[in-house]
Amino acid sequence: MEKEKKIPASLSLESRNLRADNLSGYLSISPWLIGFILLILGPMLASLYLSFTDYNLLSAPNWVGLANYQNLLSDGRFLKSLEVTFKFVFISVPLKLIFALALALLFNTGRKGSSLFAAVYYVPSIIGGSVAIAVVWRQLFGRQGAITQILSALNITDANLIGNPNTALSVLILLVIWQFGSPMIIFLAGLRQIPLELYEAASVDGATKIRQFFSITLPMLTPVIFFNLVMQTIQGFMTFTQSYLITGGGPLDETLFYAVYLYETAFEYLRMGYASAMAWVLLIIIAVITSIFFLTSKYWVFYQSEGGR
Amino acid sequence: MQTKKGLLSNSIFYVFVSGIGIAMIYPILWMMASSLKPATEIFNNAISLIPSQLMWENYSAGWAGFGGIGFATYFRNSVIVTSIVVVGTLLTGSIVAYGFARLEFKFKNALFACLMATIMLPVQITLIPQYIIFNEVGWVNTFYPLLLPGLMGGQPFFIFLLIQFIRGIPRELDEAAIVDGCSKMGIYWRIILPLLRPALVTVALFSFMWTWDDFLAPLIYLNNSTLHTVTIALRNFMDTQGSTSWGPLLAMSSLSLLPQLLIFAFFQKHLVQGIATTGLK
Repeated sequence: MEKEKKIPASLSLESRNLRADNLSGYLSISPWLIGFILLILGPMLASLYLSFTDYNLLSAPNWVGLANYQNLLSDGRFLKSLEVTFKFVFISVPLKLIFALALALLFNTGRKGSSLFAAVYYVPSIIGGSVAIAVVWRQLFGRQGAITQILSALNITDANLIGNPNTALSVLILLVIWQFGSPMIIFLAGLRQIPLELYEAASVDGATKIRQFFSITLPMLTPVIFFNLVMQTIQGFMTFTQSYLITGGGPLDETLFYAVYLYETAFEYLRMGYASAMAWVLLIIIAVITSIFFLTSKYWVFYQSEGGR
Repeated sequence: MQTKKGLLSNSIFYVFVSGIGIAMIYPILWMMASSLKPATEIFNNAISLIPSQLMWENYSAGWAGFGGIGFATYFRNSVIVTSIVVVGTLLTGSIVAYGFARLEFKFKNALFACLMATIMLPVQITLIPQYIIFNEVGWVNTFYPLLLPGLMGGQPFFIFLLIQFIRGIPRELDEAAIVDGCSKMGIYWRIILPLLRPALVTVALFSFMWTWDDFLAPLIYLNNSTLHTVTIALRNFMDTQGSTSWGPLLAMSSLSLLPQLLIFAFFQKHLVQGIATTGLK
């Protein structure tokens, strides 16, 4: 009886529901949708347009075609910032992830106090990007700084690490590595997902610990490694605050990060058109690197559901 | 033999892990210790973590600020911006997430793809036009450019996190509510929002910490020093007085990290779980 009644009613309800859903759907996502159009999509198109102009905030933009992009190729400081940023990303990200993985493996042995130590290791990740830590870093590694004094007491080096063009970048790399706590916790979570039966079976078959690491742990962790690699690399290319505050891009532009040069160009020299071209080049670089990661992932990232590679 | 070996490997483990642990927190302890040192000791006795006398005056001197504006103003500004962004993110973020997770509408998949793409979008790409727009409407030197993203769902990553969480809530609950005559928005308000609380706590914590720390947006939009947030004030403090008053500067630096450290102390489990499950920073 009830079922008979429901069939026609639910049919009409459904079509009404669909229209109502369109309305309530768009209503509920409207905060994001408006923001996306006004603050992301519109500005992206505007930025693309500006990159072909000589806009300087004071007078109307003039179309200059590809001139900005061509000038980038012969801009020594721009090329320097590319070199510095690539060096920074390709040294700091692997080191940070290796540290994170090594300590995650160590903590995964389940010794007492492991979670307490893991928590302490995570503190730098929470505050590492702050201005306060930049202040501290500048003091620790500067002239008469505590780390400088320790290094000179150990007879390693006497130099003011921040003021020396050869070492300034490593001070910033160290700051990034210091924040290995958050990828470490992601690795720890990944390690706990690996079924213990795999190790038991391998032990029965007589596989050594080292063999187990390379045949079980590492392959099973590849999705997490992949995730960390992509996110850390993108973040690395956008790094701004640390270089801007600790070294100011110097000495001799040795720490002139891409984002710092872009900021200077746009907001100190007001060369908005030129800086927009830089922003698009950055987007292309990040897109290319991310797609390389994704395209190569099928050769090295192991997904369980596929039952193999 | 076995236990001896275990003992040895255990001691190596604890020595190693404590050693790294000390290196990890040394800069933080150094900052706090130095904020209480007399001026000469910060350099002459730089490595030590124990001040010869506790100079609480550093805190009062720092709090008094510089250029006629005290840190009370800067902290008030940071609190205003951060609290509006956090509350806005929770409200708008959860409703946007509800729409994506539960409602069916045209172009939903395409729009969801847009949302995901913005997670990886470098801020630099929208920075300049955003500045031009906010400049045109006269919003430079106001808090609006800092608040607006928080009123539009917040960071895309947060929306994604909430979507994932809502997808885990059984749909039977929605259906039961529909039978009881609940509207779409009623389901959001009465069913989804209360169940979403654990995810909302994670979002609130990270949103708080990121907004509190934010440097680039205040640097670009706030020129008027009475509007400066703590991050900008610290940077100006460092640039103008850094060479003479390291004590007060480090005192204010320590104070600026207090909210994050307190959050860590009280919500440590929540933070760790948050990044473990979602891969947040």
